[in-house]
Amino acid sequence: MEILAWLLDPLRFPFMVRALVAAVTVGIVCPVLGTFLVLQGMAFFGDALAHAILPGIVLAFLVGWPLALGALLFGLASAVAIGVISEREEIREDTAIGIVFAGSFALGVALLSTVRSYATDLAHILFGNVLGVSDDDLRLIVVLGILVLLLVVLFYKELLVMAFDPILAVVLRLPVRGLRYLLLVMLAITIVASLQTVGLALMIAMLVTPASTASLLARRVPSMMAVAAALGVASNVVGLYISFYLDVASGPTMVLVATAVFLGVFAADPRRRRREVHAAMSPGPLAPGR
Amino acid sequence: MVFRFRRPPEHQPTAATVELEHVWVYRKGVPALEDISFRLERGEQVAVLGPNGAGKSTLFQVIVGILRPQRGRVRIYGSGPDRHLCIGYVPQRNQIDWRFPVTVWDAVMMGRVARIGFFRWPGPRDREAVAQALAEVGMDAYRERQIGELSGGQQQRVFLARALAQEAELLLLDEPLTGLDVPSQEALLAILDRLRHRGISIIVATHDLGQVMGRYDRVLLLNRRLIADGPPAEVLRPPILAQAFGSHLHILPLPEGTVAIPDTCCSNREMVQPLVSGRPGRDRP
Repeated sequence: MEILAWLLDPLRFPFMVRALVAAVTVGIVCPVLGTFLVLQGMAFFGDALAHAILPGIVLAFLVGWPLALGALLFGLASAVAIGVISEREEIREDTAIGIVFAGSFALGVALLSTVRSYATDLAHILFGNVLGVSDDDLRLIVVLGILVLLLVVLFYKELLVMAFDPILAVVLRLPVRGLRYLLLVMLAITIVASLQTVGLALMIAMLVTPASTASLLARRVPSMMAVAAALGVASNVVGLYISFYLDVASGPTMVLVATAVFLGVFAADPRRRRREVHAAMSPGPLAPGR
Repeated sequence: MVFRFRRPPEHQPTAATVELEHVWVYRKGVPALEDISFRLERGEQVAVLGPNGAGKSTLFQVIVGILRPQRGRVRIYGSGPDRHLCIGYVPQRNQIDWRFPVTVWDAVMMGRVARIGFFRWPGPRDREAVAQALAEVGMDAYRERQIGELSGGQQQRVFLARALAQEAELLLLDEPLTGLDVPSQEALLAILDRLRHRGISIIVATHDLGQVMGRYDRVLLLNRRLIADGPPAEVLRPPILAQAFGSHLHILPLPEGTVAIPDTCCSNREMVQPLVSGRPGRDRP
């Protein structure tokens, strides 16, 4: 009974209920999309994009547009900029990502510094403020989350081919560029939806950490997504309760829980032993020692 | 109704599978392919042999339609290459992330994605095609395995099955035998042989002279230019090979005949296999 009270007590506050719904939604959407990032080695890109959309959010906020619109515009603009800079081949792509991400982020902070409540706003945008989620915010989070999940389901098999073997995507005449931008748009939408829960600075943890943990456990992509989403929800809910009772910032606490889960699974790694036995049996070009 | 962006072109019944006419490709102003012309008929199998950097990948990209040549003409079954769905590609094994969480079944099903079309899920026909492709390459029993749990030869067969599930009529294989032990090589070649008798045309790219000997009816020797095109006995002769491999080829005149040792530098596996060619007293400089 005491545990039940411990669990139910925070729910007396409407802001905690809203925070919980937001945390659960984000805990599902981020890891599902993050699965594609992890599988394609795009973690750095996801982090960069989260930072690069800051000016879009600030501008939309200043002008009074929907935040999602500003974020989408700057997400696409910075992705195009990265493409243009790295296309010339004098600059490597990861360098181009670094330049665009830092420059865009700086523009966002500069814009935000013109606002009087600069310090609080910046802290909320960077690290989230899940306890301050309003009813309108929550509606937006849920709608955007469902939209992303719907897109994942609709384009699952095409996105899977792109992630696994981009050359096959070309040979199958899939619209490769369109699918790349689709993933980008989905990422930008997800970032907007998760902004209040974890903030831009820790966004990458929501996207990548539960999905990486799941990659150690799952054998197929759909089960990897399911495990990742379950871990995301669990980490966020547990993190939220801890933050409530210990009175620490909620976004970082959720991320810390997800990180602890990853470290635990990584240390136990249930599949490593089997893989090593297999590698010893059939030395391929990927086996160690070559 | 299957929603596709573009419909694949019809095959002209009398046209060659592949026809290249005076194809030139430049990369940053430097020619990567110079004046390449050849025809590949239905059910024909050729090896494209050349050192690293000879333009084998560029040639594949031109055939698939990823790369448009600056000069010359490419025809696949009588029409331009870039919309055909009948070209299957088997990548080099080191280009695949083998930890990727897909089973053999999933990997082969990916070959069906274009036939399934957008906003649809695999149906009975697709499952039938995948099962049939797996049976064809003898991998039926492994359908639940994760792809990283297979041996090198099995991995190649899975990707071959993927191309078959795609209903490919032209197969492009990039270094398919590299890194495989001899029994796996023979098993793969036996499968390819069965496929060509069904009318599937096959192009195998390799830098390894030893893998070409006695295994293909026709060899294209490539080093930016098409240096030779013909049966192995004609093409694999030291003076001709030297034009392709240049300083990487060491030619040793021995009493038993001339030995050409290709020094295939920079590859991940050094498989220097001496090649004995010609009878004593002939072909010697």
